[in-house]
This record gives sequence, C-alpha cells and structure tokens, in this order.
Amino acid sequence: MLIEAGHFALALALGLSLVQFAVPLWGARTNDPVLMSVGGPVSVAVFLLVAFSFGVLTHAYMVSDFSVLNVYANSHSAKPMIYKITGVWGNHEGSMLLWILILALFGAMVGVARNSVPPKLRANTIAVQGAVTIAFLLFLLMTSNPFERLTPAPFEGQDLNPVLQDLGLAIHPPLLYIGYVGFSITFAFAMAALIEGKIDAVWARAVRPWTLAAWLFLTLGISMGSYWAYYELGWGGWWFWDPVENASLLPWILGTALIHSTVVMEKREALKVWTILLAILTFSLSLMGTFLVRSGVLTSVHAFAVDPDRGLFILVILVFFIGGSLALFAWRAPLLRQGGVFAPVSREGALVMNNLFLATACATVLIGTLYPLALEAVTGAKISVGAPFFNATFIPLMIPLLILVPFGQVLAWKRGDLAGVAQRLAAAALIAAFVTVLIYGFTYGGPVAAPLGVGLGVYLILGAFNEVVTRSWSPGVSLSVAARKARGLPRSTWGTVMAHAGVGLTVIGIAATAWSTERIVSMRLGDVADVGGGYEARLDSVAPRTGPNYIEDVARMTLFSGGREVGFVESAKRFYPVRAMPTTEAGIRTFGLSQVYVSVGEEQPDGSLGMRLYYKPLILLIWLGTVVMAIGAGISMTDRRFRVGAPVRSRNAPPTAAPAPAE
Amino acid sequence: MAIWIILAAMTAAAVMSALWPLSRARTAALGTAGEGLFYRDQIEEIDRELARGLFSPAEAAAAKAEAARRLIRAESRRETAGPSLDEPALRRRRAASAVALSAVPLLALAIYGAYGSPHEPAQPLAARLVQERDLADMDISEAVARIESHLQQNPADGRGWEVLAPVYMRQGRFDAAANAYAQAIRHLGEEPNRLANYGEALVNASEGVVQAAAREAFEAAVATDPLQPKARYYLGRAAEQDGDPEAALRRYEALLRDSPSDAPWISVVRARIDALGAASQPASPALGIDAIEGMVAQLAGRLAEGGGSAEDWARLVRSYMVLDRAEQAAGALAEARRALANDPAGLAEVEETARHAGVGGESGQ
Repeated sequence: MLIEAGHFALALALGLSLVQFAVPLWGARTNDPVLMSVGGPVSVAVFLLVAFSFGVLTHAYMVSDFSVLNVYANSHSAKPMIYKITGVWGNHEGSMLLWILILALFGAMVGVARNSVPPKLRANTIAVQGAVTIAFLLFLLMTSNPFERLTPAPFEGQDLNPVLQDLGLAIHPPLLYIGYVGFSITFAFAMAALIEGKIDAVWARAVRPWTLAAWLFLTLGISMGSYWAYYELGWGGWWFWDPVENASLLPWILGTALIHSTVVMEKREALKVWTILLAILTFSLSLMGTFLVRSGVLTSVHAFAVDPDRGLFILVILVFFIGGSLALFAWRAPLLRQGGVFAPVSREGALVMNNLFLATACATVLIGTLYPLALEAVTGAKISVGAPFFNATFIPLMIPLLILVPFGQVLAWKRGDLAGVAQRLAAAALIAAFVTVLIYGFTYGGPVAAPLGVGLGVYLILGAFNEVVTRSWSPGVSLSVAARKARGLPRSTWGTVMAHAGVGLTVIGIAATAWSTERIVSMRLGDVADVGGGYEARLDSVAPRTGPNYIEDVARMTLFSGGREVGFVESAKRFYPVRAMPTTEAGIRTFGLSQVYVSVGEEQPDGSLGMRLYYKPLILLIWLGTVVMAIGAGISMTDRRFRVGAPVRSRNAPPTAAPAPAE
Repeated sequence: MAIWIILAAMTAAAVMSALWPLSRARTAALGTAGEGLFYRDQIEEIDRELARGLFSPAEAAAAKAEAARRLIRAESRRETAGPSLDEPALRRRRAASAVALSAVPLLALAIYGAYGSPHEPAQPLAARLVQERDLADMDISEAVARIESHLQQNPADGRGWEVLAPVYMRQGRFDAAANAYAQAIRHLGEEPNRLANYGEALVNASEGVVQAAAREAFEAAVATDPLQPKARYYLGRAAEQDGDPEAALRRYEALLRDSPSDAPWISVVRARIDALGAASQPASPALGIDAIEGMVAQLAGRLAEGGGSAEDWARLVRSYMVLDRAEQAAGALAEARRALANDPAGLAEVEETARHAGVGGESGQ
C-alpha cells in the first residue's frame, strides 16, 4: 500500500506541476498577484510529493521489498544497509527520481525565498521550473518507472553493480545532481527574464546565490567522482577525460563563466545577453550530460543506465528545452536594453577575458567529447580522443587564464590601471618564480613542467590573498588595524579569495603528479619492493576473506620508510557471486598530502603475485583544492547583499528606510 | 479500499495547495519597491567600493549616475503597476481553481491508472520470511492433527492412513508410518507401491536392517509387479545383509538395466554397486588410466584450438587435478582466463571449479 501511495504521489506531482507551470505564468502575463502567488505553495507541494515518493522507494530498498522490480534488479538482502540505501540512486530509475527530487527542491526553494526575488520574476521562474519538472516526471513515469511491481516477488535480488558498492557512491551522485539540476534554476531564471522581457542587475543579484549553490555542489560532485574513480577503479588515475566525466566538466566550466559574468551584470549591468546565453547553455550541457550518460551513446562505468528508448525520450526533452530556449533567446534578446560601458582594461574586461577563455575551453572539451561520437555515427569509424588531445588543447587555454586570475581580482571597475596592478602583483609573481627555481634545483633532472606548475599554483594562492593584503594594509598601518580591516571585507571578496586559492592548490596537486612513480612488480611472500618517494613495501600475506556479499583475496603489505615501519596497506581482489563480477580494491595509505597506492594484480604462473605500486606526492591537494573552492562559493553565498536590500513582504507600505551600511 | 482513501486524501491535500493561495483575497502590490531598494543599495555599495579602491573617483561618479538612472526608471514603473481586483481578475481566479480541481486529480488518476497496481501489497523480505516459515509449520502440524482426529473417529478410512503415512515418514516417525501403511493396506488392499512403502517404513524403523516382515512385504510387491524399483532395491539390501554380495550385485545391476537413465534412484544403486565392487573385486576401473589420459589430451587439444565452452574448461581443470597434475591444471586455468576474458560468468564458473579442486592451493594460502 505504501509503495502504491509513493507511486501515486509521483502521478499527483505531475498533475500539480502542470498547475505550477500554467497558473503563475498566466498570473505574470496578466499582472495578477494572486495567480502569481500560487507558484510558491504549489512548488512546495510538488516537492513534498516527490520527497514522499523518494522516501517510499528508499524504504522499499531498506526492507528489501522485492515485489518492486527496481529493488529486485538492484539490491540484495545480504548487502550492508548503507549500500541498500545508496543503491536507491545507483540505478537509472532511482537516480532519475533523485534528479526530479532536486529539481522540485530548487523550485520549492525559489517558491519559499520570498525576499530575494521580485514577484513577477519568481512567478515566471517557478513556472519554467514546473515545465522542466513535467518533462522529467513524464519521462520517469512512462519509460523508467521505479515503482513497477513484480509478481510473484522473488526471494532474492540481483544485487547492485559491485563497482558501485562504495561509500563514494553515497556521496558522488547526489552532489553531482544537486549541481547539474541546480543549473536548471538559473536556466529557469533566464527563461523567466526572456519571457518578461526585462533583464537587469536585479535579475543578476537574484540569480547569483542559486548559481553559486549549484556551482558549489557541482564542484564537490565532480571532485568526489574523481576521487572515487581514483581509489575504486584501481588504476591510480584521477581524471580520464572519459566522455562521462567530460559531460560533468562541461557545465562546470560554463557555470564558472556564468558566476563571473553575473558579477559584471549585477555591478555594471553589462554582458546581459551573454549571461542569459550562458545560463541557457549551462543547463543545456547538464541535460546533454544526462542524455549522453543514459542513452547508451556512451559506454563506460556509468553504463548501468543504458536503454535506447529512454535515450530517444531524453533526446526529445533535450531538443524541446534547448531548442525552445534558444529560439526564445533569438526572439527576445535583441529587445534587451544594453547596459553599462567599460574600458578594455578594467575588472569587467578581465571578467570578459575569463569568459572567453572558459567558453573556448568548454568548446574544446565539447568537440573532443562529441567528435568521436559524430564520426562513428557518420562513417562508422571508431576513434578515441584521449588525454593527449585534451592535454594539448585544454591546458594551453587554462594557463593564460590562470595567470590572469589575480589581475581580475585587483583591477578596478570601468577603467583599471594595468601598470599599477602589475606592480601590486609583482611580489606574488617573484615569490612564485623563486619557488619554481628552488624546486627545479632540488629536482634537477626530473620533469620540467612540475616546478613550473607548482610555481603557477603558488602564484595563484599568493595572488588571491594579495587582494586581502592590498585592500586592508598599506605601509604604516599597524597589523591589528589591518586584520580588522581584512575581517571587514565583504564576504564575496573572501569567497573570491578562497575559491581562487583553491584553484591554486589544485594546480599544485596536478603539477605534482608529474613526480609520481609507478612500479609494476611481481612479488612473492616476504619480498620487498621499492614504491618510490622513499617508501618500500613488503608483501606479508595473501589470504581469503568473506564479506557480506562477496569473497576476496586480500594482499597485505607493510610499508617502510628509511627502514622504519610506517604502516600497512591492504589491496584485494573481490568477487561478487550474485553478479559474478570481480573488482579490485586498491590499498591506499596517506602520508601528509601524499599517498602510497597499492593495487593487487594477477597471480603469475610461477606463483608470484603481480603488484602495482604507486607513490603519489601531494595528490590530495587536487581534491583539497576543490573543497577550498567550494568553501569559497559557500562564503560568497552568505554575502550581506543577498540578505538586505531585497524586496520585502509587500503587504505593508513600501519601506523607505535605507539599508544599514555594512562597514 | 483503504488504499483509495489514502490516495483520495493525498489528492485533496495536493489540490488544496493550489486552492489555498487562490482563495486568499489579498491585495498584494507588485514588489517593484524592491527594485528601488536594490538600486539605492547599489549606489551605496559604489561608495564603499570607492573607499576600497575598486573605483577611481571619476568612474564612481559615472557609475552612480548610471545606477541613479535605473533607480528612477524602477520607481516610475512602480507607480504605473497596481493590483488588479476587477471582474476579469475574479474570473481568472475561478478558472485557475477549476483547472486545479479538475486537471490535477484527472491527470494523476489517468497516469496512475495506466502504470500503477493499486492492489499489490508491499512485501518486505523480513515479514515474508516469517510468514513463509509460519505457513509451512502451521500447515503440516495442523493438517496432521486434523487427519489424526478424523481417523480416530473413522479408523477404517484407508485413504486417510495413506495420506498420513508419508507425513510421518518425513517427520522421522517411522513406527507410526509403518502402522499407517499397514492400516492402509488392510483397508485399501495390497498394492505393489503401498507394500514397498510399508516395507521401507519397517526398514527405517529398524534402523536400516531389512527384517522378515519387511522382506515379506517387498517380496509380495515384486510378486505383483516384478519391476517395482523400491522393493527390488531393498531386496538387494536384504541379500547384502544375508552375506550374499553376488546376489545383491545381480539384483542391483538388473534394477539399473530396467531403470530409465534419469531415474532418481540410479545414483543410490550405483553407490551400492561401487561399494560391493570395491569389497569383492579390487581395482578394476571401467576405463584404463591410459584411456582417461587420452580423453583429457583430446579435450585439451580441442580447447587449445579455440573451441569449447566454460564447462569444457572447468572439466579440463578438474581432470588435471584428478590426474594429480597441479601444474597443468594451473596452466589450463590461466589459459581459461585468457580464452574466457569476454565471458565473466563462464570464467567465474571455471574459477569456482578450480578453487574447489584446489588449483593454486599452495600459493594462495
């Protein structure tokens, strides 16, 4: 009964989404505040219905109700409880339900956030969000119903793909989806602005926290996915330029551009048309990512969701929303009033450069991802565009962009002074150059790119904090006064500083991978092998072990550094009998920011064991940097301008009091 | 029925979320006031940014002028836009209410009607397992009790005894089973299967020894139906116990000859024959070791040429282990891994076999 109620809740949510779409839209067109006010409660109700439905499905997984086809196909009674729960979104139907849940959540949040969005814009935004919800609910109910029943119910399920039975799966997809789907709300804002025919700085400020939130989660989601692939797939790589990874990177790159262009729009009312286009394209790329992953066009780890029929349905949704929004854009954009003017050398100019580089980088990755697919479709030839292509195109685009980042932070609005800025950044650049030379000297004979990359990262971090220093301290000012001034800087400034410093950390982590070592050895019990980085590993034992739903052979190794024992690692070859699938569990030991990574291989004919031993210096910085970036976005979201100066409840007389000064 | 009440309540709540805001006769002004506030805030922010050096003074003045122009525009818009509470507005509200009241339930019911299964109960595994066990327990004990009480009143009901007897057998109550079969024979008459079952119950009751009464029952069964397999098997056992293995062997082999190849008792009979063979004529395997080796070599050759299923690989690995050639078994396993790289399920089967047979047992301790 509960399950059927959950199923019905989805159908009901579909009906209500229709109201969410039609009534506020009509209200906005006829200027009717009552009709517009329907959007808020209805969007909340849609969210509650979908949340109930999601809760019911989760409950079915927890109690192993195999009368639900989806549970039967993706769960197993012996699976640990945590993986029963994560299994809810470890499959196509459940992950689509999660997708819709987040879609509805963002709609409801806009519906509730009365004070930050002008009513007409809010009504139109909620309506557009309702339209997206309708499309995806139809898709879910008609092609991939998670509540399909199975009679008679079997007594055991088919288990979840073992690769996905991991804590990484508990975190990676929900974060990624919040990011992906979060950009649906910026899309909805953009469409709402086009429908209303009015785009201004108010719009930019209303949309900014949502963009930041989506970007924050997408950043964490991609980062988690990368770390998950790093330790779960057992190859020791952290980014493979796999099409599915690219599908998540593309909206991230454009989302980054969007964050920067909304700043220009909010402060100077420039770049309006471009910002709207970015908002549309970012969500379009999110949709395309969904389509690519789920249509069977791509085969990869994520292939659990493949089905051509669904692919067609998503393609229709894709064409409708992308085509429709671009058509509306083409029709309405020329009517928009142009905003402020600025000189090429200015903060606006720097942000335009940022957008140019990011858009070009995005196009590059897009071509690298889609070209092989298009070629295969047209000529049947299978080519693979891998890391060399992206390294040769993406990285050269990123380096000048990264060098420009600190400039953008220091330049003034409207007209900047390039020489003055260069002077202010000289210290950061000099220290970075010194660090580069120093490291190059110490690692003489090693890879040249690594010290340069580390230098770039150091420059980025120093350049980021340079803004704090120059804005709060000048010669003669006491340190305590400077500290107070620094604390008084707006949160958005601190957010920028943190995010850019995070980029610097990630750049250092990536550069340091050039120093990582890989040893492929075959070892017998008691053998000692050199790992690299001054570490040695001794193979102690290989023993079978039985897990809840798998059996494994565990190789245990003791690690030595300079002859002293510093710990142990365990790497295992697992076998999941229900799915008859083997997996490799890498053994990872962290030393500071560096890691020793061990992956057990095949047994050799002579009885020895194949082993891959990696030493990965500073590898954790890659993900730590992304976390710092996300923290930066979070700090920026709490900026005071998102809390005051926005419309207040309009029942009373319009307020006349000016907002309190911030500093 | 309850399900429909719940679904109806959910529908009502959903529709209410749309009707509630429509029913409030609120005269909400359009919040363009907020825009004015926004631009005022922006003008102040320009001052703050000027103080932090984000503007040169001249540019700040120009930017403020820009923001002020927008402020004026926003304020003028506010005066022209007012709330509308006229007749068309009320009509719109009624139309929207009608849509919410009709479209939401209709659409939900249509979609759910097409895809839902309202009468399907939830079936959590734990509850099902408990239920299943209870059902099994309750069924048998209840049925036995009912038949027993029935037989107490109608002891001459041979059918009742015949139904009860196999249940006693399964419960391990062999005396009771023998008694039940005896009653069945008395009231329903002698019949080869019934006699053989009676004899089997007697044998089990005397812990596997075929005593005189049982033997008579088997002989009576064979007298009517010379092919009755159970009786023939136990007669063989009787001959064994009498110290006449040759007679026993003859009986078993005759039974095998007359049995269809998929008869369930074949393996039991074979086991007896093997036991007797081992006892009487030591070491005369049906196939010479050479012949076995030849077959294995043939299999290996075929597999090497590329043909062969996962089962064949498993058989090859097992054969090598039986022949005590661990190294070749390990080699075969390695080859199987290569040959079956595209068939993980098949490979798993081979791996499983290899693990059981102990391939690579020395190294994988």
